[in-house]
Amino acid sequence: MTELLANIDVRAVLVALVTNIACALAGVFLVLRRHSLMGDALSHAVLPGLVLAFLFTGSLGAGPMLLGAAAAGLATALLTQLVASSGRVSNDAALGVVFTALFALGVLLVKRFLGKIHFDIACVYEGSLLNAALDTVSFGGVELPRTLWQGLLVLAIVAGCLTLFWKELGISAFDPVLATTMGLSANKMHYLLMLLVSLTAVVSFQAVGSILVVAMLVAPTATAHLLTDRLMPLVVWATLLAITATLVGYAAAVRFDFSPAGAMAVASGALFALAALLGPRHGLVSRVVGNLRVGRRIRRDDLLSSAYRREESGVAAPIAASAAVAEIGGGLLAWWAYVDLLRKGLATRSATGLTLTELGRTEGAQLVRAHRLWESYLVEQMGIAEDHVHAAAHEVEHFLDAELRERLAAERPAGEKDPHGRVIP
Amino acid sequence: MTMYMIGPSLFAISIAGKVALGAGLLGAAAGVIGSFAVLKRRSLVGDMIAHASLPGVCLAFLIAGSRDSDALAIGALLAGMLGVGCVAVITRWTRTKDDAAVSLVLSVFFGAGVVILTYLQNHGTGGQAGLDSYLFGEIASLQSRDVRRLAIVLGLVLIGVTLAFKELRLATFDEEFARSQGWPTLAIDFAVLGAIALVTVVGLPLCGVVLVAAMLIYPCAAARCWSNKLAVVLVIAAVIGALAASGGVLLASFPAIGGPIGEWSAWLVGSTPPPGPMIVLTGAVLFGLSLCFAPEQGLLAKLIRDANLRHIIGRDHLLRSLYELTEPQLAARPGVTLSQLADDFRGRSAQLRRLLAEIENEKWIERSGDSVRFTSAGLNRATQVVRAHRIWELYLVHYVDIPADHVDGGADDLEHLLPPELVTRLETELATAGRLPPNLKSIHPL
Repeated sequence: MTELLANIDVRAVLVALVTNIACALAGVFLVLRRHSLMGDALSHAVLPGLVLAFLFTGSLGAGPMLLGAAAAGLATALLTQLVASSGRVSNDAALGVVFTALFALGVLLVKRFLGKIHFDIACVYEGSLLNAALDTVSFGGVELPRTLWQGLLVLAIVAGCLTLFWKELGISAFDPVLATTMGLSANKMHYLLMLLVSLTAVVSFQAVGSILVVAMLVAPTATAHLLTDRLMPLVVWATLLAITATLVGYAAAVRFDFSPAGAMAVASGALFALAALLGPRHGLVSRVVGNLRVGRRIRRDDLLSSAYRREESGVAAPIAASAAVAEIGGGLLAWWAYVDLLRKGLATRSATGLTLTELGRTEGAQLVRAHRLWESYLVEQMGIAEDHVHAAAHEVEHFLDAELRERLAAERPAGEKDPHGRVIP
Repeated sequence: MTMYMIGPSLFAISIAGKVALGAGLLGAAAGVIGSFAVLKRRSLVGDMIAHASLPGVCLAFLIAGSRDSDALAIGALLAGMLGVGCVAVITRWTRTKDDAAVSLVLSVFFGAGVVILTYLQNHGTGGQAGLDSYLFGEIASLQSRDVRRLAIVLGLVLIGVTLAFKELRLATFDEEFARSQGWPTLAIDFAVLGAIALVTVVGLPLCGVVLVAAMLIYPCAAARCWSNKLAVVLVIAAVIGALAASGGVLLASFPAIGGPIGEWSAWLVGSTPPPGPMIVLTGAVLFGLSLCFAPEQGLLAKLIRDANLRHIIGRDHLLRSLYELTEPQLAARPGVTLSQLADDFRGRSAQLRRLLAEIENEKWIERSGDSVRFTSAGLNRATQVVRAHRIWELYLVHYVDIPADHVDGGADDLEHLLPPELVTRLETELATAGRLPPNLKSIHPL
């Protein structure tokens, strides 16, 4: 165990895992409340708090650092609200004004007071996982990186607050107005969230830099939201995604020798892209496939109903496949629908063309029935002109189920013809 | 000898002047084009573009093989616009909301930039490719060529905004309507974002990532405090942007000029303050001043207006108290003792004394010893106040359906704001409905 912990890679991965999971957990409600940009703002705005805490206490211990970050985070939230409440600028502009000013102040303080001490300001951006892993302290006989201790503390705080205020955070994330009317102050939850984000941001950015903090706050939840609709699974997914991005990113960074923090951000972005493409319900591919299926069904229905109408008008001769496909508009989707029609046994193919089977005839009759019932309904009940109803009925016929058809039929005397004078099958 | 003495300082001044000029041009351009982002409630788009351009800078460096600033700027512009495109695609095709999409693109692009940069560094091709100056800006490195480039960008922005002012205004404030009129809102949108990206990438090497984003936001935020008209806001934003940028640069050069001012400013901000943060803080001060002291819309003006309103409300309450205490024998204008009034103003005796002195000054009351009585002008005035109060009460009860025992408070708030025409109209309506009680008829203005 001790030997394992002496390995620099293991230490670095542990630091990254702990801080990234803390970020992902704090980010869940941030993203759900649509305050993601607060993450960007807070991860910059904690800088002056950090510098001031360092200047007053002379150390970068966990206590002063977290206190400084919390103060800066709350100051950001308060000032933003104050500026926005003037009514002259919108929330996002107020946020932009406040956090850039605080960050500029932080940079100035660093250059003014810490210029001689080693405080590499670029590490605010990319962090230094290696430095974080090397700087160890012993606590209770266990020697671990300082950032890991701090990260564990913050992770415990975040997880504790999430457990304690689960219900309150949930309600105010989805419906702040409802939360306020129920006596749970959505505003208090907002400040709690700002506090948590500031704490995780300040611990994480030593290790991985402020921009990865943003990635880890936002990406896991945004990705998880593409995969699930429920809150608890969302938290679990977000945690798993943060772990995956951390491990993949670190492995790639070691393999190709570049910044682990950057690699983790890219990995979390790649996971988002994957989920956006391949997610089960909200993924792009599954939606495209779903749309294609619906398109095929609609064209198959069109093939059936046009064949049925041909038979109805007394044309007994089968229709050539290409003519049938051309009749419903042609195209690849129509050919696919044609193949589907044969495979489902709704029609048979002979040398001369396409003939409906008994099954196909029944389905075609139902479609035509739906079409003519809808036309009758539009004309008789809604008072729409006869020559305006065909297009509407042509769209709706695919979506009228048996129950609705019979309810429409019950609205009018049995056996009566449709507005165009045709029999309703 | 003299030449030798003057030479360096003139040189220093000309450099400071050039830098201030360049910064001013950038500030003005950012102020004008940033206004459209701020007014459309996407102030942080500049922040996003600035971060997202890093991979473009790195790749351009890799391809061009040198730190040629034109190549880097083009790379940055392309990557920034790719970022904008990604946000558009994500918000259009997934259920991810725009705030999350912006944060995501910002951080992932920046992460990709860091990856490429560290790869270049660790594999010996790039050396220290100057991440520091990219992040925090190096405005002192400004060259004449940069000033020319900034002037061209500002010129382009000004020409574009002037030519397309009407389109931009409508697309900014009512995009739905613009689209319904058949205007190419998407193209306008991308043109604006492209211009923002252009200003951002030109400003990047000078101010750094976060601070160039700030330059897009501050001028408009400050200008909004001064005016509600777009053209005026744009002009003020340009001026404030130029002032903040060149002012910040000049302030940053103060410690170098020596003397008491130099020493004092060196103590305040250090001997070599970075210009980027100085620009932002100057902008923050200008914004703060605008927010507090702008006429009409500033916080101070608002405070004064509120105090005035509270004062008028207090005075009206006093008049109504006097009126109601003597209501049975109004025509005789009997005296009211101060102790009777003190009941209505419990805990506010100081205010009562002040108000009494004021309405006595207005010749609305006469004081004799411990009692006060209306003058006829005062009675007239009090009649108007009471009339508005009661009519509003009646209106709330009969038309808004508020229970009778709840209206007094509400009437108290609004009666002071009712214009006389509205009072007359309400009165007519209530009279027509036969709901004007006799006691109100009796206080009809004399």
